[in-house]
Amino acid sequence: MRVMIVDDSRAQRMMLRRMVETLGFETEEAEHGQDALDKLQADDPVDLMLVDWNMPVLDGLDMLKAVRKQGAYADTTIMMVSSESDPRKIARALMCGADDYLVKPVDAPMIREKLIMLGVLEPETV
Amino acid sequence: MSLSALSTNTSAGNDNGLASGDFDLLRKLLLDKAGIVLEPSQEYLAEARLPPVARQHGMQAITEIIAALRTGRSRELEIDVVDAFTTNETSFFRDSHPFDDFVKVVMPELLAARGPASTIRIWCGACSSGQEPYTLAMLLSEHFPELVASRRIRILATDLSRTMVARTNEGRYSQFEVNRGLPAPMLVKYFDQAGRDWQAKPALRDMIEAKECNLLEAWPMVPKSDIVFLRNVLIYFSAETKTTILERIRTEVLQNDGYLFLGSSETTLNLATHLKAMRFDRGQCYRP
Repeated sequence: MRVMIVDDSRAQRMMLRRMVETLGFETEEAEHGQDALDKLQADDPVDLMLVDWNMPVLDGLDMLKAVRKQGAYADTTIMMVSSESDPRKIARALMCGADDYLVKPVDAPMIREKLIMLGVLEPETV
Repeated sequence: MSLSALSTNTSAGNDNGLASGDFDLLRKLLLDKAGIVLEPSQEYLAEARLPPVARQHGMQAITEIIAALRTGRSRELEIDVVDAFTTNETSFFRDSHPFDDFVKVVMPELLAARGPASTIRIWCGACSSGQEPYTLAMLLSEHFPELVASRRIRILATDLSRTMVARTNEGRYSQFEVNRGLPAPMLVKYFDQAGRDWQAKPALRDMIEAKECNLLEAWPMVPKSDIVFLRNVLIYFSAETKTTILERIRTEVLQNDGYLFLGSSETTLNLATHLKAMRFDRGQCYRP
């Protein structure tokens, strides 16, 4: 399975990459929302996207809306991973098509449990 | 034998470690008060978990805790030490599949058997900080709203630790804790932000009552129940204690057609219990 990590912080991308690689994912990285959209068009399809909210060029929420408008990616599992913890913002992200939401800081068990709940991972496989 | 009757060993042992006599006293306390079996090789647990208790009681070293325990006069300290060894690893929707089975199989079967006006009673034993009873309360609100609206669901959550009981009644969790397994759609629907924490909404808290309960003692607070969740606690007990607890659940607590869920790594295999396994696609529960 492939996951795209979308975050403008290189350190955050590296941390998330290490976490999901231990869960058996191949990873691809994007530095902002537009970079993610470009890579979705150009590269192999992904099963999961982990998306930050506040990024330059195109933020996570606008990227989310754009992805959900494209039929090819309508069913891709997208989880926001952001430092925004306001419940109204979380609700807004969900309304715009995020499947789930994690507030930073995160660790590997959190990611794993969320992906099990989303049906991306089977409990017995990890 | 009382704790104070155990031999005194004041030799060896430094600020951060325990002499063997001290560790024996601690092991006996945990076995007597909570049925927790601490192996001789687990001294590291004492060194990891006792320093906060020492600080809480104004002590400089964990050896001071042992000295105070040896007098047998500090009930408060005994409670706090036992609390410190009660493993509180938990998360919302832990293991996920028991909750699928609860919603898709167990609740529909129970409601069909009981009829529309019945009250369903659930006991979550060893509930820790309450993530399991709140998980059940959310699922019931999602899938059986009429049952919840007519207040025909009662969830009793118990734990040995009064700290955990208080936390469960408060239903308040840190961001770290809600990040552990709680889907965001349920977080924003069933919790209010409270400063940097999140608190379960009153409707959810109203379904749950948390009380102290030591599984090794009498259970007068536990009514006859339709469903019992006792997950990830039997692993701390000896085989004999496990059997005793399971048989008490079967005879004293479970309705004749009730359901018992154990942790995913726990079974009744090799235990002399009359509970019968009921298999689901990915897991199982037990019935009288």
